[in-house]
Amino acid sequence: MIAEKIAQANKEAVERLLNAQPVLVGIGTAGKDLPGMTKKTVLHSGPPITWDKMSGPLRGAVIGGLIYEGLAANEEEAIKLAESGEITFEPCHHHNAVGPMAGVVTYSMPVWIVKNKTYGNYAYCTLNEGLGKVLRYGAYSEEVITRLKWMETVLAPVLKAALELSGEIDLKTMIAQVVQMGDEGHNRNKAGTSLLIRELAPYIVQTNFPEKDKVDVLKFMHSNDHFFLNLTMPAAKCSLEPMKGIKYSTLVYTMARNGTEFGIRVAGLGDRWFTAPAEIIDGLYFPGFTKEDANPDIGDSAITETAGLGGFAMAAAIPIVQFVGGTPQDALNYSKLMYEITETENNAYKIPVLDFRGTATGIDIQKVVETGILPIINTGIAHKKAGIGQVGAGLVRPPMKCFEDALEAFVEQLEAEGEVQ
Amino acid sequence: MSKINELFNKEVKVINIGLESFYNDLKKQKVSVIHVNWRPVAGGNKRMASLLSKLK
Repeated sequence: MIAEKIAQANKEAVERLLNAQPVLVGIGTAGKDLPGMTKKTVLHSGPPITWDKMSGPLRGAVIGGLIYEGLAANEEEAIKLAESGEITFEPCHHHNAVGPMAGVVTYSMPVWIVKNKTYGNYAYCTLNEGLGKVLRYGAYSEEVITRLKWMETVLAPVLKAALELSGEIDLKTMIAQVVQMGDEGHNRNKAGTSLLIRELAPYIVQTNFPEKDKVDVLKFMHSNDHFFLNLTMPAAKCSLEPMKGIKYSTLVYTMARNGTEFGIRVAGLGDRWFTAPAEIIDGLYFPGFTKEDANPDIGDSAITETAGLGGFAMAAAIPIVQFVGGTPQDALNYSKLMYEITETENNAYKIPVLDFRGTATGIDIQKVVETGILPIINTGIAHKKAGIGQVGAGLVRPPMKCFEDALEAFVEQLEAEGEVQ
Repeated sequence: MSKINELFNKEVKVINIGLESFYNDLKKQKVSVIHVNWRPVAGGNKRMASLLSKLK
């Protein structure tokens, strides 16, 4: 019976997710550590996309990435190069990586190296730049490039040396803790950033770098509440990756957006993306901005929801409604509603206010289509023009079409194999 | 007395499936009622319902 095969496959897929042990093992560089990178490769968030279809913030980040790499001297040269066909644009997800918002990763950028110790696979993510004018929101002014260079030449070497002294850091345990401390792992990362500083600070001060560099590194981490996001994301990515290719499984192992399209991938359907136009986010806007300024949904950070964090854990982070909109009751309802579309409850990420119930984990395309309930994602809102930055935060859902198309493809595959009529 | 009259001579306890306005009207009249949060499979999309049924 096909139903039994699917049930068994989904059980195995979700067990792989729950058994994952993501651990921070070090800092490397995209060019050396990510598979398949060349000096002219530019990675981006979400499903595959060509230059002509990229939205403002993604184009801006590409321009910044090319200037940062010295492949272009200015905006004009960068656009010409991007249009020339010489640059290989590929999703971070095709290179074991994830990136928040535009998600642009280029050859020289430092990356966190996270290992799933249970299955031996790796995931990578750049280091978080902070708020304001930053590459991930499409800014590429001199101040942005200067900061990226500082991150490459000071921040990453200092943190790398500190990690060599401290040894690996167990991210599964740390994320489980932060969910108990009021973070949900996507838009609230205050507890995670604080815990990371606690882990690393004693070793940062023991490194042989100049005093000023060590102070600057600690101040930089302290000034950016989202610093830990870029660790939660690869932790989620390497936890989900072993689900890929489990035959008969209808569970989702990727949700990601490139600012133009939303894409999902399903365990039993391998590498195939199922995409639809990305939605505009319903949220709270910073003073001076409105919905008219918003870019459609962008970023790989929905990997957190895919792993049972973010919107799925909002009941653990009730104050976040003041940032993304809604009431405390809404936060509780969102987290509870997600149990309707998931395979199980998380064994590590537990919500205190729901009697320490594990977060809803393992999104099933069958349940999404059957109930009409879409995953809830809380996210930042980028300005549609490159370089302006974040204009708000809110809640968004994937387009239903992604799940319907995936279901259609899943049944077609089974029909072709003679498993169903 | 017919069965239906017998029913209406007792306290009516209602489980409402479908339009929520029926539930709200009964509630206003202080009738004991609960509303079932029910939707047709795949929101009534026959194509999707048929695909789902192949996997059951």
